Amino acid sequence: MKEPIYLDHAATTPMHEEVIDAVSTCMRETFGNPSSIHQYGRQSRRLLDEARRTLANSIHAKEKDVYFTSGGTEADNLAVIGTALANRDKGNHIITSKVEHHAVLHAAEYLETIGFDVTYLPVDENGIVDVSTVASHLRDDTILVSVMMVNNEVGAIQPIREIGQLLNEHQAYFHTDAVQAYGLLPIDVTDLMVDLLTVSAHKINGPKGVGFLYSQPAVSVQPHLFGGSQERLKRPGTEALPLIKGMEKAVSLFKNDLAKEYEAYRTLFLDQLNTLGVKYSINGNLENASPAIVNLSFDGMNVESLLMNFDLEGIAASSGSACTAGSIESSHVLSAMYEQNDERLNSAIRFSFGLANNEGQIKEAAKRIANVISRLQ
Amino acid sequence: MIYFDNSSTTKPLQEVAESFQTVSEQYYGNTSSAHQFGLDAEKLLRKSSQQAGQLLGVGEDEIIFTSGGTEGNNLAIKGVALAYQNRGKHVITTAIEHPSVLESVRSLEALGFEVTVLPVGESGVLDVDAVSDALREDTILVSVMHVNNELGTIQPIKAIGQLLKNRAHTFFHVDMVQSFGKIDLSLNDCSVDLATISGHKIHGIKGTGLLFARKGIRLFPLFHGGGQQNDRRSGTENLGGIVSLVKAMRVMTEQKMHHPDHFRNLNHLMRIELESMDHVIINTMNDQADHILNFSIPHFKPEVVLHALEKRNIFVSTKSACASKKEEESPVLKAIGLPRNRTTSSIRVSFSYQNTEGEVELFTRALKKVIQELNKVMG
Repeated sequence: MKEPIYLDHAATTPMHEEVIDAVSTCMRETFGNPSSIHQYGRQSRRLLDEARRTLANSIHAKEKDVYFTSGGTEADNLAVIGTALANRDKGNHIITSKVEHHAVLHAAEYLETIGFDVTYLPVDENGIVDVSTVASHLRDDTILVSVMMVNNEVGAIQPIREIGQLLNEHQAYFHTDAVQAYGLLPIDVTDLMVDLLTVSAHKINGPKGVGFLYSQPAVSVQPHLFGGSQERLKRPGTEALPLIKGMEKAVSLFKNDLAKEYEAYRTLFLDQLNTLGVKYSINGNLENASPAIVNLSFDGMNVESLLMNFDLEGIAASSGSACTAGSIESSHVLSAMYEQNDERLNSAIRFSFGLANNEGQIKEAAKRIANVISRLQ
Repeated sequence: MIYFDNSSTTKPLQEVAESFQTVSEQYYGNTSSAHQFGLDAEKLLRKSSQQAGQLLGVGEDEIIFTSGGTEGNNLAIKGVALAYQNRGKHVITTAIEHPSVLESVRSLEALGFEVTVLPVGESGVLDVDAVSDALREDTILVSVMHVNNELGTIQPIKAIGQLLKNRAHTFFHVDMVQSFGKIDLSLNDCSVDLATISGHKIHGIKGTGLLFARKGIRLFPLFHGGGQQNDRRSGTENLGGIVSLVKAMRVMTEQKMHHPDHFRNLNHLMRIELESMDHVIINTMNDQADHILNFSIPHFKPEVVLHALEKRNIFVSTKSACASKKEEESPVLKAIGLPRNRTTSSIRVSFSYQNTEGEVELFTRALKKVIQELNKVMG
């Protein structure tokens, strides 16, 4: 069997070995409950505070504005539903985009069922939200705008800073799901003027089951879970210290040139496909996208047979968000970008690069893909 | 080091840490991905559900993996309440539940639910007749913990289950966080519909847990998103955490089988010693859960005792870690009607399978000295 090549880092990433060590060390050495008042508890509390500081620094925020969650989905739900419920007295209108992750989209749909009015903004053919459409849909009773920083299917970078500026004088709070951007794009919450920001650890070579929500102090958020007084009441439950330490380690391993490294993979990948004569079109544009994600449509092909054949060749790629998987339905992101009958909807595959890759693999992957395509033609 | 605070949290077992490590290294795929990495991960997830189901005597499709006890309790309570509110809006619980149950139930009041919080009386044990009296036509949920986290009292789960068994519209939730692996509870014999387990109380990893939800029960999800776990709990599954949780459950179950008298022996030994001490009053009644023993040393600040023991490398707690900072009085001891000098001076000892009789002897000797010294200081 051929060596499997993992090109699905946008779905999840392998844990960095130093992250696994950090989790294991914490389990072995610091098992106290951070709420306990004895030395074991205090030591855990110290490590927890330390992690909070590292994570806050990574987005130029204050420690006390970082709330640990069980991952991106919980953080998105807390941001969208929690903010909506806590600010209902100020209005009933929420704006988001058609290309959000399902954790935001389905949270917004839930809000509709309980009487909120939600606007789902369209995107252009590159998957990008136009700031002017945000402006034109903004109403006096808008209380929340949620737009992701980097789209998980096509990598499109959204104009977060511009939307932040637009909302600066408006009552609406601004949430961004930064799950796919974190670690690759610089994030400064003050500069971006975001009020809430979601991060997930397992997309940055950290552990699954942990993430955080940044929420600036003026935002009132109704908690989703009820219980003890952890996370300043916004998120009760004994803090998952080993996972949090793993996330901290993953963040401390961020490198400035990571984006460049992945961009080099992407360039090499596309060059190789070109050299091998593979016909494809790029969904989205490369200039304004995450370097780690490229979404390609292969003329005249069909997603299911592509994925199956890629998998047989040991190429792990995806038809879109892993979270919609099980059923291969056409991507809500591409559907928002293209006309209903666009050919590209039927043959789109997402490749996403990361820690599991090296140059040799990228070349080998292109070769195997070329083989599959020529066989299927 | 003598760690007698196992109801706050436990040290992960080496096997648990190793499971986490192995899965993290070898199965990093997303269980929802359609390729080999995803399929391998999905297979392992499925196996974990099967094993967890076996250990609990229930089906694999009745297991929902969560981020811990708080989420499990919230999901059970809010999940049932919101899914079945058209049938009724009345919920019953007890005054000594964990905050994650009590606060969840109270949050329902804002949504128009009526909540009956049953007192437990001096024994700390719920009277089944009180449940029976509180039941109404529109009662959709009864939530009662198996073992109380501060006092160690065991609630009559089987009798409550019998009472609710023939009521198709009333679900029964049991918070098993403090009892799993220590006190037997058959989910089937007791007609339990939902049960919460937390990983870090059974030597698993913090941030892991599961909710048992009997087949056919609809749960309104806490989190909306990718629809993982049959649409009941969105969010990428923490596979390493899940496998390690099941490992911890298995080890606890085995320990229980091999050392059925372990906690009884420790409890018995400690009781004899404590009963002989002048200033100590035991709060936990006889014949309750043996792994938790609560006592008061009236007129002594429990924090002072705790720190004095800590200097001797012994670790106990004053009350539930989740309630540590809020109030001076233990809400649980208050609920069973103890006088203020006992509710403000309680110490909780909680054992694990790793604790020994030797440790109990060292502890009681140390406690005697601490009391002597503090007596001197206070003159």
